[in-house]
Amino acid sequence: MQRRRSSRARKQPLHAHHKSQNDLSAWQKGGTIHSEKSLQSHQSANDQKYDSEGESLEQALSYFEKVQDCAALKKKSVPQKHLDAVESTALKHGLPPEGFEILLNVVLSGKFADTVNIRLLKSLIPASVIPEDSVVKAVSWLCVSKCSGNVELLFLKWMITMFDFIDHKEQLHALYGIFFSFLQDERMCPYICHLLYLLTRKEHVKPFRIRRLLELQARMGMQSHLQALLSLYKLFCPEQVTITLPGKMKKWNAQLVIPASSANTNNLEEDREKKCLYLYSTNESFPLEQLHTFPQLLQNIHCLEFPSQMGSVITNPLLLHYMNCVRDESIYLRLYYWMGQMLQEECTWCMVNNPYEEEFKSFLQTVYKAECFLQEGFSACEEFLYKTLPLWDGFCCRSEVLGLLSWIPLSSFSDIKSYLYDPLAQLFFTSSIYFKCSVLESLKELLQNWLNCNAIQVDLESSSLNTTLSGLVNGVAELVHFVGWISTVGLRLENNSTLLLYFTLDFYETVCDMYLKYNLPLLIMLPAGVFYPALLSMDSVNLNQLCYIMYRYYNRYRTNLVAAKENELCKKQMLQFKFSDQTYKVYNQYIIAMVGCLWTSSAFQKDIHPQGLRMDDELLSKTAVKELKNSFNIVYHPAMMGYSIQFLQQLCPDDTTFNFRLIKGKKWNWYLEYLYTQGLKGLKVFIESSISRVSQDSWSKAGNVEA
Amino acid sequence: MAEEAPEDGAVRTLPSLRRLSRALPFGRSHGRLGVSSSGRHIVPALCSQEKADPQKTAFLLRKAWTLYSVTPLYRFRRCRLRDYARLLGAFIAAEKQKGLAVEVGVELDIKVALSSLADLRGSELDQDALLVQHFTCLPLFLTHGPESYTSLVGSWFQKTFDCCFRRLAISPLNLSWMVAMWAGCKLDRAASAVELIFSVPCLAQPLDISYAIHPEDAKALWDTVQKTPGEITQEEVDVFMDCLYAHFHRHFKIHLSAAKLVKVSTAIASAHCDGIVKILHSQYLPGVLMLLTELAISQIQ
Repeated sequence: MQRRRSSRARKQPLHAHHKSQNDLSAWQKGGTIHSEKSLQSHQSANDQKYDSEGESLEQALSYFEKVQDCAALKKKSVPQKHLDAVESTALKHGLPPEGFEILLNVVLSGKFADTVNIRLLKSLIPASVIPEDSVVKAVSWLCVSKCSGNVELLFLKWMITMFDFIDHKEQLHALYGIFFSFLQDERMCPYICHLLYLLTRKEHVKPFRIRRLLELQARMGMQSHLQALLSLYKLFCPEQVTITLPGKMKKWNAQLVIPASSANTNNLEEDREKKCLYLYSTNESFPLEQLHTFPQLLQNIHCLEFPSQMGSVITNPLLLHYMNCVRDESIYLRLYYWMGQMLQEECTWCMVNNPYEEEFKSFLQTVYKAECFLQEGFSACEEFLYKTLPLWDGFCCRSEVLGLLSWIPLSSFSDIKSYLYDPLAQLFFTSSIYFKCSVLESLKELLQNWLNCNAIQVDLESSSLNTTLSGLVNGVAELVHFVGWISTVGLRLENNSTLLLYFTLDFYETVCDMYLKYNLPLLIMLPAGVFYPALLSMDSVNLNQLCYIMYRYYNRYRTNLVAAKENELCKKQMLQFKFSDQTYKVYNQYIIAMVGCLWTSSAFQKDIHPQGLRMDDELLSKTAVKELKNSFNIVYHPAMMGYSIQFLQQLCPDDTTFNFRLIKGKKWNWYLEYLYTQGLKGLKVFIESSISRVSQDSWSKAGNVEA
Repeated sequence: MAEEAPEDGAVRTLPSLRRLSRALPFGRSHGRLGVSSSGRHIVPALCSQEKADPQKTAFLLRKAWTLYSVTPLYRFRRCRLRDYARLLGAFIAAEKQKGLAVEVGVELDIKVALSSLADLRGSELDQDALLVQHFTCLPLFLTHGPESYTSLVGSWFQKTFDCCFRRLAISPLNLSWMVAMWAGCKLDRAASAVELIFSVPCLAQPLDISYAIHPEDAKALWDTVQKTPGEITQEEVDVFMDCLYAHFHRHFKIHLSAAKLVKVSTAIASAHCDGIVKILHSQYLPGVLMLLTELAISQIQ
């Protein structure tokens, strides 16, 4: 075996050395001592980046190198300073790449005592990388067993520890067989197994190697290092070896076990055909167990395979990403079957005395999180909900079920009413207020999900989309009407509770923005059963929400008019989605009612809505309430009283009589400003947009309000 | 299972999670034994079939089989049965000795033989085993033997073909269908009694009621109930059961309709609500298997 001098730092001094050897004049000048001196001065002149420590390292390395060149040296004693130099440099900075070959050669050639070798091995810490050649040479030393067994073991441990620092590994892979042959040594076996574990690639797995390992296993019994290596072999070639590691025994069939992501073992067909090519191709699929980061996914996306059990993807965001990219129908079907069975089998309210409620709950949460991640619902989940809602008690796994509800996809499936709306309404009417609120929130999210899906489809002119668009519009309209109905009834049942009204109005905040935010040409007003309780609510929160919603409707109204004028909407759409006059009529009635109440103090007069506030004067006088007309304006409204009182307190801190009449003229404007600072943004935008539309007459009625 | 035509790439911007199984409109079957919306069930298979070779299928008879439903198998190839046998054998051996690796293909103590009984396969048009997009639908799994082996084999199938096994329970409704169908079958030799076993829950001491009927009487009753030969409706089954209940009530003043029907037993086959069947008559073997297959299909939908 040729020993190459690969150390680059040596070139110059060697050259000088040769020169000095060839140079008779130098030889004559002082022989080797002089040449050594010139060597050292040459070095220190050139290697200016080394400090004194570096110098001593250089000296040490050169010493070790020369010691090798000298033949027939056994167990020579080493100057302490060289060992110290190596150790201290290694611990402080790490050794340069050049040093490894020299030191490894020294250690493994057995020239020195074990204590020296061990110290040197322990100092082999790289500053940057370890050149592969040095390791290859070291392995060749291993083959001739010049050093003691302990040093060999320590070397293997070192190799395992420093494996990632070795710059290239191609030659090491080529030496796989050599490493494998070391398995017969019982002491080295565990370390060799570990090393092989790091080196093994698919092409290394051969039947004779499998047999060898099995023989070892038979001889030594169950050893964890052998198990690990065999498991890796199984990963690459499951059709040749199989192993099951001892673990917890779980019930095998359909017991809420999300399977582990393991490689697909069902590739027999491909292997048959490729058997001959097998040895030569390096085409391998990336093992899923090693997929941990997103960059890895990107690098290996061309050679990834789905796991043998698709169910395992729902806990793995990387595989969910991958599933999004693959257009293979069979993976969706596999997932569909598995999920459908899991949901049916373990549904706790469909089984009597099912003790696994917690597991089922957490399973539902996992499915929900996967849906949120993918921003889309699973078919199996949707069907499960349709089947189970009529049987659900509204209590078991409530938040999970309602969460899953919000991901039901909108489809042209016409029976959604009977499968979803009817059972949901039944539960809604017979449940607590908190359930009602949760349902409304979940329906709001459902609406938003439907709208978001549509917003992604940009091309509105494509003919195939016309049917889709009208389907979407119908579906959304149906949902909004459904919510309008249940919330109206719900509010009556709960006595216009502020909490329920809050959630209802929250839903309508999404509804009023359907065109502006989500591009859906649909305009649906609040039902009267929601509008009036909000207008006359006892809580400013609800009133504020209502103002905001009416403002958004106003914007929508205005935009639509403008767009229609400028012919922005394409003709087809205008024909299809012509908004009824009824909608505008209702809107106008609401606006009149609101402005009449809040601003112009004509609460009971102008409201012409059939379910509105209009009342005859006769009837009003029977109430014996003074100052009826402004009883619902922004000063006297029950929801606003608190603010007007606080305002008066700030205005006249000493006055305890609360004279509301003071709020007029300039003070009215101050009062408005004060309200805006109290977070009533909805009120603000409503007044600023709508009130300017009202005629001058009503301004003067409101009590000398300045524009 | 029908397939949908692939949509425009421009139209579909999100993956087709929603397209899953849209081909099977929801609500098609809800646990009834393949009953269509009109309530009629065509039972051609319960006619005696001579073509099944009794010797090959003899091992199926007179054993208590536990039933499982299986979702469609992914990439199952009928031509690879021998390879599957090898893999399954190795898997079982490895499971038996946890931690020790087992080479596939080597002589083992465990022998696995996978074979296909051609006689029972049915025609190509059978809905039971269509190959769709790499899937093979073999929805019924019958097992007989120690639970440990069942779990091993089931686990192996689940891991290899990404399918899902579930115990197939038989509801009292389906059991009553079975007893009506089987009691009405023509038999050439002397038959055993038709027996129904009920359990009465929620008592201090559980009560089991066994109601045995002479087979000829049962057949005679069924013949008067059934209108169209070869067709059975839900009404006919209800009438049949009501007659039996009424007769029992007349004698013992017990309303069997309030008890839970847990087992039915006829000369053709017996079935337990936990999903355990015993087939006794080779002539009607395909018919019974078809019935059970339909039951399994309704559970995997």
